[in-house]
Amino acid sequence: MAKRIDVSDLHIYYGNFLAVENVNVSIEPRSITALIGPSGCGKSTFLRSLNRMHEVIPGARVEGKVVMDGVDLYGSDVDPVDVRRQIGMVFQRPNPFPTMSIYENVAAGLRLNAKRMKKSDLDDLVERSLKGANLWTEVKDRLDRPGAGLSGGQQQRLCIARAIAVEPDVLLMDEPCSALDPISTLAIEDLMTELKERFTIVIVTHNMQQAARVSEQTGFFNLNGVGQPGRLIEFNPTEKIFSNPDQKATEDYISGRFG
Amino acid sequence: MSQTSTAPAPTGSSAPTPRRGERARRVPNWAPWAAFAGAAVVVGALWPLLDLNIALFVLYTVVLGTLAVYLLTRSVEGSRQAIDRLVTCLVVSAFGLAMVPLVSLVWEVVSRGIGRLDGTFFNSSLVGIVGEGGGAYHAIMGTLIITALTTLISVPIGLMTAVFLVEYARGRLKRAITFLVDVMTGIPSIVAGLFAYALFAIFLGPGVRLGIMGAIALSVLMIPVVVRSAEEVLKLVPNELREASYALGVPKWRTIVKVVIPTAIAGLGTGVTLAIARVVGETAPLLITLGITTATNLNAFDGRMATLPVYAYYQLTQPGVPPQFATDRAWTAALVLIILVMGLNVVARLISRFFAPKSGR
Ligand SMILES: Nc1ncnc2c1ncn2[C@@H]1O[C@H](COP(=O)(O)OP(=O)(O)OP(=O)(O)O)[C@@H](O)[C@H]1O
Ligand SMILES: [Mg+2]
Repeated sequence: MAKRIDVSDLHIYYGNFLAVENVNVSIEPRSITALIGPSGCGKSTFLRSLNRMHEVIPGARVEGKVVMDGVDLYGSDVDPVDVRRQIGMVFQRPNPFPTMSIYENVAAGLRLNAKRMKKSDLDDLVERSLKGANLWTEVKDRLDRPGAGLSGGQQQRLCIARAIAVEPDVLLMDEPCSALDPISTLAIEDLMTELKERFTIVIVTHNMQQAARVSEQTGFFNLNGVGQPGRLIEFNPTEKIFSNPDQKATEDYISGRFG
Repeated sequence: MSQTSTAPAPTGSSAPTPRRGERARRVPNWAPWAAFAGAAVVVGALWPLLDLNIALFVLYTVVLGTLAVYLLTRSVEGSRQAIDRLVTCLVVSAFGLAMVPLVSLVWEVVSRGIGRLDGTFFNSSLVGIVGEGGGAYHAIMGTLIITALTTLISVPIGLMTAVFLVEYARGRLKRAITFLVDVMTGIPSIVAGLFAYALFAIFLGPGVRLGIMGAIALSVLMIPVVVRSAEEVLKLVPNELREASYALGVPKWRTIVKVVIPTAIAGLGTGVTLAIARVVGETAPLLITLGITTATNLNAFDGRMATLPVYAYYQLTQPGVPPQFATDRAWTAALVLIILVMGLNVVARLISRFFAPKSGR
């Protein structure tokens, strides 16, 4: 079940350092929202604040509201663990569990939460998730081998399989394709297009073509200088951003005339 | 410096430079060995003159051999290689020097202790033994029981403290606990013994001797070791794994139990085993808290117990007449203790081998 996320007046801090300033945005359900912007402008930080992964870092905190289907995720009665069950995440760097096999890695979301499931159902789920992440054919004969023994790109797809296996409502992906070859990248993009029927997807990417290909909405983050907070400069439908952006900075960034 | 250089000259020079593959003059591989053999012969020839003993002989040989290798290499290969060889000689000598006490200790204990390493030693106690015969069954069992009890007390406390320090504690509280653990690491073992004795004397009156007292005294020594080693190992678990688990909606405690600890299990097991090896040979605290017996007592909550280190101590200091038999038993007890510690070290290595996260393809 896809859900809508409304962010208002969001400030994100690391200790005293204001990393991202005043974000106001609505993320539509059943669509892909792409976030672009130069390195260090706070895309990952913003993404992590959507499923309350930000506060895992000591001293990190946020101010403002993130409302998902009418519920403020930062409300005092909301359990961050519940939030993360509904909003899955794929990280910038692949991080499979080194003690677990490929199979166990995919099943980790259920196993670690001690959810009971019939063996055959679990097998189905693992197969479906691995197929979804375009990894099945490569690993189907060695599901019991360690997940850390895969190549970097395979590990990243394993992490995607792990994230979609728990069937979240929203899927956050932080540069999921930065370690992948063009074929796997296309497969992931197809996967995203398929998943958006059911999920809300937010993706951070440095690849403009990718943003243009897959997303409906695009947000451009930028920062004025080192030590300054990042800001959401422009948020518009992708076609508009790439053909006729409102802001000069966006146009400069997209056309490569940056700085 | 007359140096036959193989390094390519800076680019752009038209002067003929030595090509890659064109080998400079090299000292053959056997030459250093020959130099040391020669040095040994020379020093050996001087033995009657200098009135040497074996230690001095080795010392002079090493010094002379090192010098010879250095000069030889310097004249043939140049100064950089010569310094390389010189430092190699120094490092190997230092290693040899470090091995001397270890080897001589093991040699001494084995040669003196092997004589009584027989069946009787392992299956009889000292009840009714005045001279020959007798064994250390009661002491071996005592050591095993006390060590097991100590492990049972220390490992849960130590591990949980380490988990608390790494996963939960922040700021001042964390610094305070770390400081206290550091202080505990430095407690002299006799103080730990006195602590346990004083603690039990409050409730059970002075002169009390119990196995559990010894286990508590040893725990005071073992807990900080477990905490420190476990803390280091847990810190090595990458944060990304914790985040991966959180992002799947796994609560923190489950993440610790199912992700962090399994990832670190090899290091944790090794640390615990080495901590056990550290306390298994403790004598002073057991002397105060357990005393010694001649009979077998397997109940840690009732009266005195014998343990190997204390057994060895009493056999050596109060041997009776003739002293020979008791002294032999003391050496054998020391040998058994060393075997125990070495066994534990082997176990530690096996643990880290078998439980290490696998990345094989
Ligand atoms: N754990 C942290 N502690 C303190 N500051 C941090 C931390 N992580 C990131 N920052 C800071 O927050 C700012 C935004 O970082 P962020 O990782 O969100 O950038 P990004 O847009 O994802 O960049 P990239 O495209 O390189 O991934 C940077 O100035 C960074 O230095
Ligand atoms: Mg990032």
